[in-house]
Amino acid sequence: MAERMVVIGTGEAGMRAATALRENGFSGEVTVLGEEPHLPYERPPLSKAALTSEAEPQAAFILTHDRLGEHRIALLRERPAVAIDRARHEVTLQDGERIGYDRLLIATGSRARRLALPGATADNVFYLRNFGEALALRPLLRPGRHILIIGGGFIGLELAAAARERGAEVTVIEMAPRLLSRAVPAEIAALIAARHEAAGVRFLLGTGIERIEGAGGRHVVVLADGSRIEGNAILAGVGALPETGLAEQSGLAIDNGIRADADLRTSDPDIFAAGDCCSFPLALYGGRRVRLEAWRNAQDQGNSVARSMLGESVAHDAVPWFWSDQYDLTLQIAGLADEGSEVVARDLGAGARMQFHLAADGRLVAASAIGPNGAIARDVRLAEMLIAKRAYPAREALAAPGVKLKSLLAA
Amino acid sequence: MTTTATAATWIEACDADEIDEEDVVRFDHAGRTFAIYRSPEDAYFATDGLCTHEQVHLADGLVMDHIIECPKHNGRFDYRSGKAKGAPVCVDLRTYPVKVEGGKVFIGLD
Repeated sequence: MAERMVVIGTGEAGMRAATALRENGFSGEVTVLGEEPHLPYERPPLSKAALTSEAEPQAAFILTHDRLGEHRIALLRERPAVAIDRARHEVTLQDGERIGYDRLLIATGSRARRLALPGATADNVFYLRNFGEALALRPLLRPGRHILIIGGGFIGLELAAAARERGAEVTVIEMAPRLLSRAVPAEIAALIAARHEAAGVRFLLGTGIERIEGAGGRHVVVLADGSRIEGNAILAGVGALPETGLAEQSGLAIDNGIRADADLRTSDPDIFAAGDCCSFPLALYGGRRVRLEAWRNAQDQGNSVARSMLGESVAHDAVPWFWSDQYDLTLQIAGLADEGSEVVARDLGAGARMQFHLAADGRLVAASAIGPNGAIARDVRLAEMLIAKRAYPAREALAAPGVKLKSLLAA
Repeated sequence: MTTTATAATWIEACDADEIDEEDVVRFDHAGRTFAIYRSPEDAYFATDGLCTHEQVHLADGLVMDHIIECPKHNGRFDYRSGKAKGAPVCVDLRTYPVKVEGGKVFIGLD
């Protein structure tokens, strides 16, 4: 019988799992090991409200002290795990203390990929992953400053929106020929690009970078064609890498993240993984192995993995769901759009657009929408439920704004 | 006939047929905002309009049976009782009495 549950990581997945252990009736010890000094906090606001709010931002805490006490979750802050002794079922902390476990969850998340460019150093390039970095960025975003953003992905674009809202000038440099090329359909990405351009953001697409020069508030990005772009700060959003160091060191299988099965169990039967660091098979797409960097996935997997740690077979199969806020627009994507081979568009009104992605056999595999949150959220949620049902909705029904998506659910 | 110190003031919110069955609309009054629901059994309910998690309006969310889902993070509440149904929401919604008279929905505010 498992009596000691240990969680490495205080992010959304780790804290959700710790809480869900209690919600599922576990009465033994729950210990969570974290690196940061703060109480566990939500990361999505870091690239949004934490940057744009007038007042000095507060972290959005996932759990209060009271809640931790109520759930009897022992949170060890600033005490990161440095090694896992699988044979002895012990985690070693940085200060040398060893903590025994019966079941261990690795929820170490991901870290910002660093620029591999000559001249790029920790002193002249900002990244955004934690609350401290958001606080460091805030004072840079103000009128009269020119912010150079490297990377036209979600973090880069959310930073661009935040910087414009705070009155700074913004240039976004992206190597690919369009924005958001990895995750978002072209038509939706074009609407986002247009919104940024209307807000005064300048894009340099299909643009390689040679090197970075300068320091102390005067920075230069030297482009592949030799031209020089000058600015007051450089922010990079060039993707994230799964934090697999501990798992690798302890000999767990790695496969673009910590390799887990559908029960989120790693190659060691007493060790589990969840959240950004976890690669797992998604039955919804024929067992395709994925790793999802998303808040919702961290929640969903946190819930699933807790039950799995308690001995249930969970076969985690949630529909991937993702959102981004930029200005007054929200982008939401349910499912994996690249599973589709055909697009059916739907006009949601209020300038909002939705795309349904159908597989070759007509199955609905994903839906993407852009618009004011209120104009898209309901329909994306309904699409998510249709995707979960593995539905084959009629194209004409999807395309007709007058046909309620809810009516398709019953079919 | 008795009266109580906290007797509700009934405020007309909308026409009863303005809300589809198993749906929700927004109602603003005196600087406050509410969500008014019509259940699958054709009963009406009212709660505070903003989600207790991140101040997003619930009238943009999805109603399924007796559950309203926040449009931002899918926090779920039973709109009849206001009860939060689990993460990420843990604070219940405040509810308000509702009556339907002459085809109009009234919400009881104190």
